[in-house]
Amino acid sequence: MATAREALPGIAEEALATREPLTPTQLAWRRFRRHKMAMFGLFLLAALIVYVVGGAFVFPEKFANYVDTGIKLQAPSQAHPFGTDAVGRDILARTMYGGQISLLIGLAAVSVALVVGVAIGALSGYYGGWIDGVLMRFTEAMLNIPQLFLLIVAAKYLGDKIHNFRAFGREFSGSVIVIIVIIGFDSWMYLARIVRSQFLSLKEQEFITAARCTGTSNLAIMFYHILPNSVAPIIVNATLGVASAILTEAYISFLGLGVHQPTATWGNMLEDANRYLETAPWLWFFPGLMILLTVLAINFVGDGLRDALDPRTMVE
Amino acid sequence: MPTILEVKNLQTRFRTYDGLVYAVNGISYELNEGETLGVVGESGCGKSVSMLSIMGLIPQPPGIIAGGQALYRDSDLLKKSEEELRHIRGKEIAMVFQDPMTSLNPVLTIGFQIGETLQLHMAMNADQARQRTVELLEMVGISQPDRALDNYPHQFSGGMRQRAMIAMAIACMPQILIADEPTTALDVTIQAQIVELVKRLRDEIGMAIIWITHDLGIIAGLAQRVIVMYAGFIVEHASVDEVYDNPRHPYTISLLGALPRVDMSREERLVSIPGMPPNLIGLPKGCPFAPRCRFVVDRCRQENPPLISIAPNHEIACWVNVQTGDLQ
Repeated sequence: MATAREALPGIAEEALATREPLTPTQLAWRRFRRHKMAMFGLFLLAALIVYVVGGAFVFPEKFANYVDTGIKLQAPSQAHPFGTDAVGRDILARTMYGGQISLLIGLAAVSVALVVGVAIGALSGYYGGWIDGVLMRFTEAMLNIPQLFLLIVAAKYLGDKIHNFRAFGREFSGSVIVIIVIIGFDSWMYLARIVRSQFLSLKEQEFITAARCTGTSNLAIMFYHILPNSVAPIIVNATLGVASAILTEAYISFLGLGVHQPTATWGNMLEDANRYLETAPWLWFFPGLMILLTVLAINFVGDGLRDALDPRTMVE
Repeated sequence: MPTILEVKNLQTRFRTYDGLVYAVNGISYELNEGETLGVVGESGCGKSVSMLSIMGLIPQPPGIIAGGQALYRDSDLLKKSEEELRHIRGKEIAMVFQDPMTSLNPVLTIGFQIGETLQLHMAMNADQARQRTVELLEMVGISQPDRALDNYPHQFSGGMRQRAMIAMAIACMPQILIADEPTTALDVTIQAQIVELVKRLRDEIGMAIIWITHDLGIIAGLAQRVIVMYAGFIVEHASVDEVYDNPRHPYTISLLGALPRVDMSREERLVSIPGMPPNLIGLPKGCPFAPRCRFVVDRCRQENPPLISIAPNHEIACWVNVQTGDLQ
């Protein structure tokens, strides 16, 4: 070693330095960091999370839901930087608390979709045969139902079935759960197809035969051996799914079928703004801006993840 | 020595769009405890499929185990349920595959992949499995095993990966190790190391080995008996010395003629076998080797010769006595 170092001082120094090879996660992070828009998205997302979570320490929820018709429809001012809504609630505080619910719905709905989609895709792709046939026909049937129509019917039918509950020290409207479940159960289909196609090709790999050869059970093969090989497309799809779930919540709430007042979400704040589109634009501008920024940030992050997790992407 | 595995009349077929593929056509052999059996033949002659059939790793469909028995300790592996087989695979019968580049899961650490087998079959907890994995990696000659444990397969060279595969296979001290061309994908110096490693482990653990290869040279120093397969049939079965000194099936003779030897003079040429192995869709009439055989007689094209004993510990499937030219 010493002689090589003396002979080739510059080159040898680097070549001989014992460098641990990077793990796949480190490699992905390295690629992600080089993706400017993705890093921007990540910072934006972090800022939004600080905004909605931090808001809880500045204003109590009571304040966000405090009705004072005496100050209704006030334009942005020092006392109410984002203005007040049709019943005099502070829009700044409501975008903070509404954001918590909107993000919660986005994440939770995607979690539901992930569980359903991965389970159906995995079973379908791994076992094939009639199991695949039945599950895929079911998936296609679900895809054939117009999403908005299904959401409206489900929201209307299930709307008031669940009571309000308390969690994380605040009261939630039962309709939050309903919205999470119906969005989740309505958005797993593409995920299931992606997972299935991954499983179809991965199960033929020699390392799966090798795993079966050591007596590993089917479930262990599916979840320990095949699933980690297909995380990349799943993560990308799930990330983008969060954005679309937030949008979907906004649609349903805008139609008045979403989360009930007084619990704020960005979506039902837009519904409130419906009648004052021209007279009080601050009513829709701020929640609209929040949705826009969140969806944009998540999509940037999703794009970055797609590139970062694709092993064929070169690190320049 | 007591017999540990007895395969009788094993037949494996595959249903394809072109027709039924007769991959393994009634092969029978025995494996004794602690013995090494070489299985030799060209690519596509049913060596691997016959082993995968025994392990219950043939996907069905399209595969069909059309008949036969595989008696491991007097119980038929072919009749066992998937659940019963799981407790045998990896624990009692383990397998090493041809290509170490593709037989390790790229997203799991080496330690996880070896430790999983231990936790599964040896009722070890994670810590014990980790401890044992370090010992196993040391046994197969991987340096700094406590660090190698947390490496991913892409951080290993081909030889190291095959060592890791072997560590995984011997983790539960199996009775039988099936090595499916474990050195084919490695370069020659590594091949020799792997063969030496397996020999050493065989003596330490006392396991029986079935070593599949198309390289007769590797078998010479390793196996006690050799099976030569062609088109899904066993065509010659003899002790390793008999196969080298007194090969009696034309196919074996041709295989040996195609093998480079150190004691060959420069003027001698390697002899290749003319033609290709037969397409196994539909069984050919007569001996499957007849179209490529130097000694072919009319009868070969009419009837497939059965495997008959011509000397103690020497069986061949051929109508012609290649030494005298007489019909048998």
